[in-house]
Amino acid sequence: MQQKRNSTFIISVLCFGFAFLYVPIFYLIAYSFNSSKLVTVWGGFSTKWYGALLQNEQILEAALLSLRIAAISATFAVLFGTLAGLALARFRGFRGRTLFSGMITAPLVMPEVITGLSLLLLFISLEEFIGWPAGRGVSTITIAHITFSMAYVAVIIQGRLSGVDESLEEAATDLGAKPFRVLWDITLPIVSPAMISGWLLAFTMSLDDLVIASFVSGPGSSTLPMVIYSKVKLGVSPDINALATIIIGLVTVGVICAAVLMFRQENQRARDMQMAASE
Amino acid sequence: MSADTNMDTGLEMGKDAPLQSRGGLRQLGNRLQSQWKRLVIALPYLWLFIFFLVPFAIILKISLAEAIIARPPFTDLLEWTEGEFLPSIYVTLENFQYLLEDDLYWLSYLNSLKLATISTLLCLLVGYPMAYGIARSSQTMKNILLLLVILPFWTSFLLRVYAWMGILNTHGLLNNMLEVAWNIGMALGLTDAPFEPLQIMYTETALYIGIIYSYLPFMILPLYANLEKMDFQLHEAAQDLGSKPATVFLTVTLPLSMPGIIAGSLLVFIPATGEYVIPALLGEPDTLMIGRVLFDEFFVNRDWPVASSVAIALLVFLVVPMMVYQHFQSKAEVM
Repeated sequence: MQQKRNSTFIISVLCFGFAFLYVPIFYLIAYSFNSSKLVTVWGGFSTKWYGALLQNEQILEAALLSLRIAAISATFAVLFGTLAGLALARFRGFRGRTLFSGMITAPLVMPEVITGLSLLLLFISLEEFIGWPAGRGVSTITIAHITFSMAYVAVIIQGRLSGVDESLEEAATDLGAKPFRVLWDITLPIVSPAMISGWLLAFTMSLDDLVIASFVSGPGSSTLPMVIYSKVKLGVSPDINALATIIIGLVTVGVICAAVLMFRQENQRARDMQMAASE
Repeated sequence: MSADTNMDTGLEMGKDAPLQSRGGLRQLGNRLQSQWKRLVIALPYLWLFIFFLVPFAIILKISLAEAIIARPPFTDLLEWTEGEFLPSIYVTLENFQYLLEDDLYWLSYLNSLKLATISTLLCLLVGYPMAYGIARSSQTMKNILLLLVILPFWTSFLLRVYAWMGILNTHGLLNNMLEVAWNIGMALGLTDAPFEPLQIMYTETALYIGIIYSYLPFMILPLYANLEKMDFQLHEAAQDLGSKPATVFLTVTLPLSMPGIIAGSLLVFIPATGEYVIPALLGEPDTLMIGRVLFDEFFVNRDWPVASSVAIALLVFLVVPMMVYQHFQSKAEVM
C-alpha cells in the first residue's frame, strides 16, 4: 500500500482545485451576513437580508412555483427514466434500440438553447394543430424538464443494473415467477436507491434550469432561476446572497444525509453478502 | 393472487362456462406478461419520440421556411392548391445562405468552438490530476473528496456563476484583497505606485473562469470513474522494470485513461459550445457566442427561420462529438 501515496504535485493540485470550487460558495455565504448594501464591502454582521428575502413576494412565489414543477417533473422523470434504464440494461436486442439509446444519451449533452428552442417550436405547432397546450406555462415547463431529466435517471438506473448481474432475476424466473413479479420483487428493490438519487438529481436539475424554462415559459410563470437571472443581470444584490446561502445549506444537509444513508446501505449489503457466503 | 380474481370473474360470467373463461383470462394474462417488455419500452420511447425527436423535425422544417410577419412568423412548406392532387412544396435554403454570407455567424461559431476547446483543455489540465489524486486516496478520503466534487454540482449553477460576479468585480473580493496586499507592500516600501484594480469582470478571462468553474465536475467524475478501475500494479511493474515516473505516466496511465479523457472532454466541450448564461453574465457585453446569437435571433429579432437554421448548423457542428460520446457510452454499457 506504500505505492498508494499521492505526490506533492497531486496534493497541491487537489488543494488548488477544491479551493477554486469552494471559494465562491464560501464567499456567497459570508457576504449574505453582511450588513452593508454594497455587496463587496464588509459592514458588519447582520441577518437583515434574510428578512428582506422573506418579504420579497416575487421571489417567494417563484420559489414555490419552481418547487412544484421540480417535484412533479422529478416524479415523472423517475417513472419514465426507470423504465428506460431497465430496457437499456436488461433487454438486449429490440427493434429501434440504437435510436432509443441515442435518444437517452443525446439530451445529456445537447446544448440547452437547442433543447429549449426545439421544445418551444413543438409546443407552438401542437397548439396550432390540436389546440393543446393552450399557451405556455407550468405544464410546458414541466414537460420540458421531464424530457431532459429522464435521460439522467435512465443513465443512473442503467449504471446500477449493469453493476448487478442477472442471476437473481434468472433464478426467480427459473423458479416460476412471472415477469411482473420478478420486476416487482427483485429488480425494483435493486434499483430503488438509484431511483431515489435519480429523483433528487431530476429535482435539482429542474430547480436549476434557466435556459430551457425561459424558452418554454409563458407570461406569469416565471421560475426561480428566471427571477434570479433578471435580478442578477443588473448587478450583485445582497438578498440573492441570502437566498444562495439557504439553498446551499439545504443541499449540503441533503447530500450529506443521502451520502451517509448510501454508505450505511452499502456496508449493510457487504455484511449481508459476507453472511450469505459464510453460511 | 391472480387466481382469486380469475375465480371471481369466472363466477360472475355464469356457472356454465367458468372453466373456459378462466382459461381465457389466464391466456390474456399470459399474453400481457409476454408483452410486458414492449410495455416497459413503449412509455419512455413514445415520450422521447414526441418531445425529443419530433421537435428536431420541426426545427428543420422551420429552418427551410421563409420569415413572414404573421402568426406563426414563417411560411408553410406545403401549399395545397384547389384541383391539384399534390401540394406544391416551398423550400428555401435562404436562411442557411444568410448564415454563410454574414460574418457574424461564422465569427460566433468559430469563437464558440475556440472557447469550448480552450475551456476543455484547461478543465482537463486541472481535472486530470484531481481525479488521479482522488482515485489514489484511501477509501474514506475518496468518499469525502468525491462528495466535495459533487456538492457544488447540486447547488444552483446560476448562483455559483453569480458568486464570481461578486469576486471578480472592479470593487469585488479579489480586487479588495489585492489592494490590501498592495497597501502592505506600499507600507513596506516595495512600491509607490497607487493600486490599479484588475479589470477581469466582463472580459474573456472571466468567461473562461466561469466556464471552467461550472464544468470542472463534469470532467472530474468520468475521469475518476476510469482511473479508479485502473490496476495500479501495472505502474509498479513498469517502475520495477526501470521506467521513470514520467514515462510510466505517458506510456501506461495516459493511454489507459483515454476513454475517461474522451468522455469528460465531450461532457465539457459540447454544452460549453452552446453556453448562454455564463457569457451573458461574466463575458464581454458583445461576446460572440452561438448560444447567445440563437437566443437573440429568436427573442430579439423574432426571426424564427434564422434562429432554427442557427440551431441546425450548431447541431451539425456537434453531431460528430455527440456520436463519439454515444459510442463510448454504449461501449461502457457492454463492459
